[in-house]
Amino acid sequence: MFPSQFTYHRAASVAEAVQLLGSNEGAKLLAGGHSLLPMMKLRVASPPTLVDIGHIADLKGVSADGDGVRIGALTTHAEIAGSALVQERAPVLAEAASRVGDPAVRNRGTIGGNVSHADPQSDLPTVLTALGATINATGPGGDRSIAAADFFTGLLENALEDNEVLTSVSVPGVASGAGTAYVKFSHPASRYSVVGAAAVVSLSGGTCSSATVVVGGVESTPTRASSVEAALAGSATGGDALAAAASAVSGDFGGDPVGDVFASNEYRQAMAAVYVRRALEAAVARAG
Amino acid sequence: MTTRSFGSGIRRREDPRLITGKAPYTDDIKLPGMVHAAILRSPHAHANIKSIDTSGAASQPGVLAVYTGADLDGVIAGMPCAWLLPGSDLKTPEHPAIAKDRVRYVGDAVAVVVAGTRYEAEDALEHIDVEYETLGVVINPKDAAQAGAPQLHDDVENNIAFTWAVAGGDTDAAFASADVTVSDTITLPRLIANPMEPRSAIASYLAAMNELTLWSTTQNPHICRFLTSVVTGVPEHKIRVIAPEVGGGFGSKIPYYPDEAITAFCAMQLGVPVKWTETRSENYLATTQGRDHVEEVEMAATSDGTITGLRTTVYAGMGAYLSTAAPGVPTILHGLMYSGAYNIANISGTIHGVFNNGTPVDAYRGAGRPEATTLIERLVDLTAAALDMDPAELRRKNLIPKFENGHDVATGIIYDSGDYELTLDACLNNADYAGLRASQAAARAEGRLVGIGMATWVEICGLGPSQVAGAVGFQGGLWESAIVRFHPTGKVNVMVGSSPHGQGEETTFAQIVSEELGVPVEDVEIIHGDTDNTPMGWGTYGSRTTVVSGGAIAFASRKIKEKSKELAAHLLEAAVEDIEYEDGTFFVRGSADQAKTIQDIALMANVAWNMPEGMEPGLEASAFYDPPNFTYPFGTHLAVVEVDPETGRIDLQNYWAVDDCGVQINPMIVEGQVHGGVVQGVGPALWEGVVYDDNGQPLTGTMQDYALPRADLLPDINVGSTTTPSPHHPLGLKGVGEAGTIAATPTVYNAVMDALRPLGVNRVDMPLTPEKVWRAINDAKNGG
Ligand SMILES: Cc1cc2nc3c(=O)[nH]c(=O)nc-3n(C[C@H](O)[C@H](O)[C@H](O)COP(=O)(O)OP(=O)(O)OC[C@H]3O[C@@H](n4cnc5c(N)ncnc54)[C@H](O)[C@@H]3O)c2cc1C
Repeated sequence: MFPSQFTYHRAASVAEAVQLLGSNEGAKLLAGGHSLLPMMKLRVASPPTLVDIGHIADLKGVSADGDGVRIGALTTHAEIAGSALVQERAPVLAEAASRVGDPAVRNRGTIGGNVSHADPQSDLPTVLTALGATINATGPGGDRSIAAADFFTGLLENALEDNEVLTSVSVPGVASGAGTAYVKFSHPASRYSVVGAAAVVSLSGGTCSSATVVVGGVESTPTRASSVEAALAGSATGGDALAAAASAVSGDFGGDPVGDVFASNEYRQAMAAVYVRRALEAAVARAG
Repeated sequence: MTTRSFGSGIRRREDPRLITGKAPYTDDIKLPGMVHAAILRSPHAHANIKSIDTSGAASQPGVLAVYTGADLDGVIAGMPCAWLLPGSDLKTPEHPAIAKDRVRYVGDAVAVVVAGTRYEAEDALEHIDVEYETLGVVINPKDAAQAGAPQLHDDVENNIAFTWAVAGGDTDAAFASADVTVSDTITLPRLIANPMEPRSAIASYLAAMNELTLWSTTQNPHICRFLTSVVTGVPEHKIRVIAPEVGGGFGSKIPYYPDEAITAFCAMQLGVPVKWTETRSENYLATTQGRDHVEEVEMAATSDGTITGLRTTVYAGMGAYLSTAAPGVPTILHGLMYSGAYNIANISGTIHGVFNNGTPVDAYRGAGRPEATTLIERLVDLTAAALDMDPAELRRKNLIPKFENGHDVATGIIYDSGDYELTLDACLNNADYAGLRASQAAARAEGRLVGIGMATWVEICGLGPSQVAGAVGFQGGLWESAIVRFHPTGKVNVMVGSSPHGQGEETTFAQIVSEELGVPVEDVEIIHGDTDNTPMGWGTYGSRTTVVSGGAIAFASRKIKEKSKELAAHLLEAAVEDIEYEDGTFFVRGSADQAKTIQDIALMANVAWNMPEGMEPGLEASAFYDPPNFTYPFGTHLAVVEVDPETGRIDLQNYWAVDDCGVQINPMIVEGQVHGGVVQGVGPALWEGVVYDDNGQPLTGTMQDYALPRADLLPDINVGSTTTPSPHHPLGLKGVGEAGTIAATPTVYNAVMDALRPLGVNRVDMPLTPEKVWRAINDAKNGG
């Protein structure tokens, strides 16, 4: 519970943060500190240098961006959950943010830190992948954007270069009439998702015209449930249809499995089918 | 106006300072020149130490000293086991404060660094090089007791530290002639006590005087002083132990710990005060844990539902070494309670205390009694199911009928008083049991898994008669003492040897003095926790503090009342026989204006201008209370759960408790104890449990993995009570500190098993985590 010694820098701007990352071997950015500091206290991580970006005003807040929203990296889960703009344009993201951890975690943890940390049990990677969000970053070579689907590259690994700063996340607006939902199975201790399922469903007539389904917690990166999506396309949504489609999720797992003392991977896979169905039911009920 | 507060739920006076964080805890104390210790702990569950090189650490910035087991050898004695169970072939292998040549659990101390700052000490730990040779590991207590299991101690065959038996009646005959027998294997998970405040110690040694002062997060400062003298060799009267505010203990701060001895050693070596405070991670490794039972149990009954026999074989994990009170927990506090609230004529139990490669196990809230109540109450439910009887009715049929002054049970102990059916009826009534069963039937018809569970419990507490303590091998007494001292202004100090740490006794003790002597409750201040200004006492555990210290306070107060009466008679120029007392006033019978208040008496006794012939000045009394028997609180708890068949997740929907702790001094505090206790008892049923991997590495090493109960996962707890005074206690008290914890585990476990019964699922190991329940459901669906 006592981290190793480190040097602390507070960056005044993104440019300074990028510069500090470049000039300090092994440096780590510090945002809300809710993932990084516990790891340092357990000495699982011992970065020699911390670059605190928590005071860079440019990185905070939610703004309109076309028909979607742009969310600054330092925006907290509580701010996302409470944002009228997010609730209107990407309600499922607000829903997921409102279920992160507990109030202390939501008041402190940031979207940039959450996404960068790339924890398979986090909620936001799952939802952002389902929404087709884009991660915006700035590095020594300038700015670039990475699709959420390409951002999460492995267990606690992401597509950023060592000296890049995630600056914001762009989330497209959900198509009008589409129903969305995020349901999660919270770990009783940590509140992280043992399994989380995000669904975006559009209906036409009584049938599903398109669906995007993503599952978190089962593999080291969010799982796009394309078999479920395929089963849903053009299908009815009543009776056992959603359950049947959801059960197809077992065909979507082929990556790096996640499991622990609380929930084995086998169990997580089984729960994925249950939570995907529940997400679909909620999304269908909300679709107009 | 009456000043009486006894029986009223006045607010806890200790709360403002505790809730606002202003109360000083051990780690808040900073002594001039104080330095800091950090302890290197074994990363292996079982290994030989081939070599230790501390030179790298010694040369780190700020480091003053690095010590290993070799340095302590011959200076600091091994950790004492203080419950030497007779007739059990008890083995007490050496438990060095710092391991010498072998480590036996992840967390065993290997070296200590003392440095100017905590950070320097922690950083230096990484520069100690230890070469280990790993050995075989065994965790499950039953596995550990089998021939061929890895051996923890060279001279302890099959890791069996002791085998203790309890027997009454003729159990074999009862089973042979039974109409129905049921059996089960019950696992009580290993639990972490999780006090909010981790353990801490500060030692300060004056060599010129050979005086050692130890601030410690102990629940029992006087025992801590006693054992510190045994371990360090500093004579007891030269040691002062201070327990400042202690932020919860739940039993885990009863034992004498290596860390306290190590801190004292460092201070004595270096001549400067040394502080050691464990981190939360260390608390999860090095602070004693609870339960860890594997219980193979059977019950016999006749076809009319009369329970005729109970038989057990229990493997109780002790961890790697015997902690201070460990042998007494699964035996005296467990096996002797096998009759539960029932008349069971034939009982036999065999309890093996078994070493395993885990953190030492010792008392944890309920200590032995939750483990007993769980097996009894589970067997009662299984018997009811086998006989197709309602579990409430089977209980009613077997409950010991109301008794007011003593009831012998087959295990050889004598319950003090009980009216078990009263709490059963009250609980069933509060819960609308018939209505619950009707809605359960409706839910089952829809395929929903709704369960109702109950426990009719009784426990042994208020520990206890010292003679019995001695007879069962407890290396101490179990009495308490109190000094009640009136100052000239009529204000009162009460000094007690027990050491409340959050339970509310500063309030209830003041209520006792107020009740006995009529002083306003706010005029009474309770002093505890410092061996230099409190009389001897054996500490706070086993739901004993209010009962035993409360008895001493009552008797001391009564001595003061007698003296006051005599002084009043003298001052009023009346005969003592003519003095009456009411509500803090002594007056001449028949003339109420001829009166002296207790405050008048306090003033006159303290100035001593006009004392009767031969009377000493002052108004102060001390009393020692050694209870003639234990107390036996009881109650009935009931819970409703619904299991999600798709996920195995359990929703605890409703909870009712009706407890009887005898006379209640402060019903609000009683309710608070029941609330907290119930929550702590639900924990192991649903969420809590230490899990080790095959190498003895804890997989539940942080609060992110070890699932404590959380408010949002619990229903409102409906608390009721009945009052059956203890016949032998001066105030009729019985104790309530552990009640909820004892009852809640079997109540919730039974409820979940009841929910799963239609599927044919009969057992799932606790904690009932979703995956285990889901697997049990699937196995049952797939034909078991
Ligand atoms: C008790 C607890 C419960 C939690 N429960 C949940 C939960 O239910 N669901 C969930 O999704 N999350 C949960 N979290 C995680 C929490 O949501 C935080 O959002 C998350 O820990 C990271 O955000 P942070 O701002 O604290 O990042 P930090 O801890 O500061 O940083 C995390 C990592 O990201 C890097 N980083 C931070 N910001 C940037 C950036 N702008 N650019 C590049 N790299 C960056 C850091 O260097 C570090 O490696 C929980 C955390 C705790 C402590």
